[in-house]
Amino acid sequence: MTAQRKVWGDTLLELTREDDRVVVLDADLATSTMAVTVAEGNPEAFIQVGIAEQNLVGMAFGLSTMGYRPWLSTFGVFLTHRALDQIRMLVSQTGAPVRIAAAYAGLLNGSSGKTHQDIEDLAIMRAMPGMTVLAPADEHEARAITRWAAEHDGPVYIRYARDAVAPVFDADYVFHPGAVHRLRDGGGDVTLVSTGVQSSRVVEAAELLAARGVDARVVHVPSLKPVDGDALLAAISGVGTVVTVEDHSVINGLGGLVAELIAERGDPDAPRLHRVGLADGWSESAPNAFLLDRYGLSAERVAEQVLEALGHSPSPSATVTVTAPGGTVG
Amino acid sequence: MLENARSGHSAGPLGMADLLAVLFGHSLRHRPEQPGWEDRDVFLLSNGHTAPVLYAAMAHTGYFPTDELMTLRRLGSRLQGHPERTALPGLENTSGPLGSGLSQGAGWAQIVRDLDGRPDRVVYVMMGDGELNEGNIWEAAMYAAKYRLGNLIGIVDRNFIQIDGDTEDVMPLGDLAGKWRTFGWHVVDIDGNDIAAIVEAVDECRRVTDQPSVILARTVPGRGVPYMEHDHTWHGRVPTSEQADIAVAALTAEGETR
Repeated sequence: MTAQRKVWGDTLLELTREDDRVVVLDADLATSTMAVTVAEGNPEAFIQVGIAEQNLVGMAFGLSTMGYRPWLSTFGVFLTHRALDQIRMLVSQTGAPVRIAAAYAGLLNGSSGKTHQDIEDLAIMRAMPGMTVLAPADEHEARAITRWAAEHDGPVYIRYARDAVAPVFDADYVFHPGAVHRLRDGGGDVTLVSTGVQSSRVVEAAELLAARGVDARVVHVPSLKPVDGDALLAAISGVGTVVTVEDHSVINGLGGLVAELIAERGDPDAPRLHRVGLADGWSESAPNAFLLDRYGLSAERVAEQVLEALGHSPSPSATVTVTAPGGTVG
Repeated sequence: MLENARSGHSAGPLGMADLLAVLFGHSLRHRPEQPGWEDRDVFLLSNGHTAPVLYAAMAHTGYFPTDELMTLRRLGSRLQGHPERTALPGLENTSGPLGSGLSQGAGWAQIVRDLDGRPDRVVYVMMGDGELNEGNIWEAAMYAAKYRLGNLIGIVDRNFIQIDGDTEDVMPLGDLAGKWRTFGWHVVDIDGNDIAAIVEAVDECRRVTDQPSVILARTVPGRGVPYMEHDHTWHGRVPTSEQADIAVAALTAEGETR
């Protein structure tokens, strides 16, 4: 297993060597985002702007107007919040080909706490006209998406997770914007829809459900915008219940997207939607394993919530105990 | 704490320990047993990633039991990875994303002076030197000078490191004293690991009442732990248990001779 941030750094170094218009701008987090790979491997393609995210985006926009192909390197939370005005006016409103690499995306960023956990990014970026919004599931999709974004002539926002997850794709994976992927067929009982690295845990949840006699299909949506709505609706059709799962607020992210599609289609036989993610509230500091359990995103907790959505009574074994560095918390 | 949490920042908090010891142990007018005391001075940590040293200073002056320090970054702990004002009584602000503390401090200072009629209440804002890369700091610097906020004291942890390396390589700060003076601030430049110098600098700043003051505290990142001192790679990582034992032994030995 390889972390997406490492794949991003390695792929970016290749891209800068293939095309000298490709540059990465960093806001003093290169060793975390892994832009350091470019800083060390091809220093001419690396631009350090310091801890100054608004300047970072403005610089990248300027470079894009001069024919360069800039990538941004910092934690996603500093881009979608601190530098949002620059992203909105300079990048989105002009359609500039600036690649926004949101490192340490989502909930799971090593105990830093709610100030650093970006659980609203998909909602914000999905609402941004002209923005392509992507969340790769694993290292292979992260590599394919990075290569696709390098060629795309427009603004792109990409979530890159800090830590590695079990891959769900093969090394020959090819990315097509808008496409949805069935990671697990079947699904007589329920369809699980997920995005980003959470999809890997949802596949695991489906296996746990199978062991409890529940047949679950798993659909992965790497491209929140654009999205092939017909394909997504087709992928969730034919069952009574669909559960979306995301390490993001349940508002206006993947759950919001699926709700919009179902509601607009107006099909009386449409499945009932349950959204799993962060409720309308902030998270906290803790090792990732604890956060996954606390906020219902571990495979076990996802499986539990699916069973509840299907009306199964909770099983006694559903109480999960998580062990992580620093001791055990029930 | 950091070894136990297995994540966090080591070098900055160690370098700032002498500063917070003086502030919490000597300079601040505060009542740890009564965090909301209305006559208190205010301390804002703007470089929130150095939270461990603030928690240590608070615990050792009586805000909460020192045993609780070992809960840093655990699920349910009041000691969040970055300070969270609603989590722990005595924390005056929330920080982490850099650059916002000086604005909050300027607002506090102006309100207590002009609306409450209490210019004797002092607001301290601790900042990192790398944090000065953020434009928000300089917006606040202009504001505080315009309103001559003499009860506002900024403290810059001038340790010359940030995550990607030396501050003068990442984004040169150059003549920092000159920059603050040009912005209208009274500037004191000191050795930030010299207790007597810190006490004297704070006293001097408190005597300046017609303009805001800033203490440029030159500190040694990783202070007291030989293998960490001056090494920027220790900005954002934590010691192993063997390394932590060496660090505690070195700090204890120094503490006994100081």
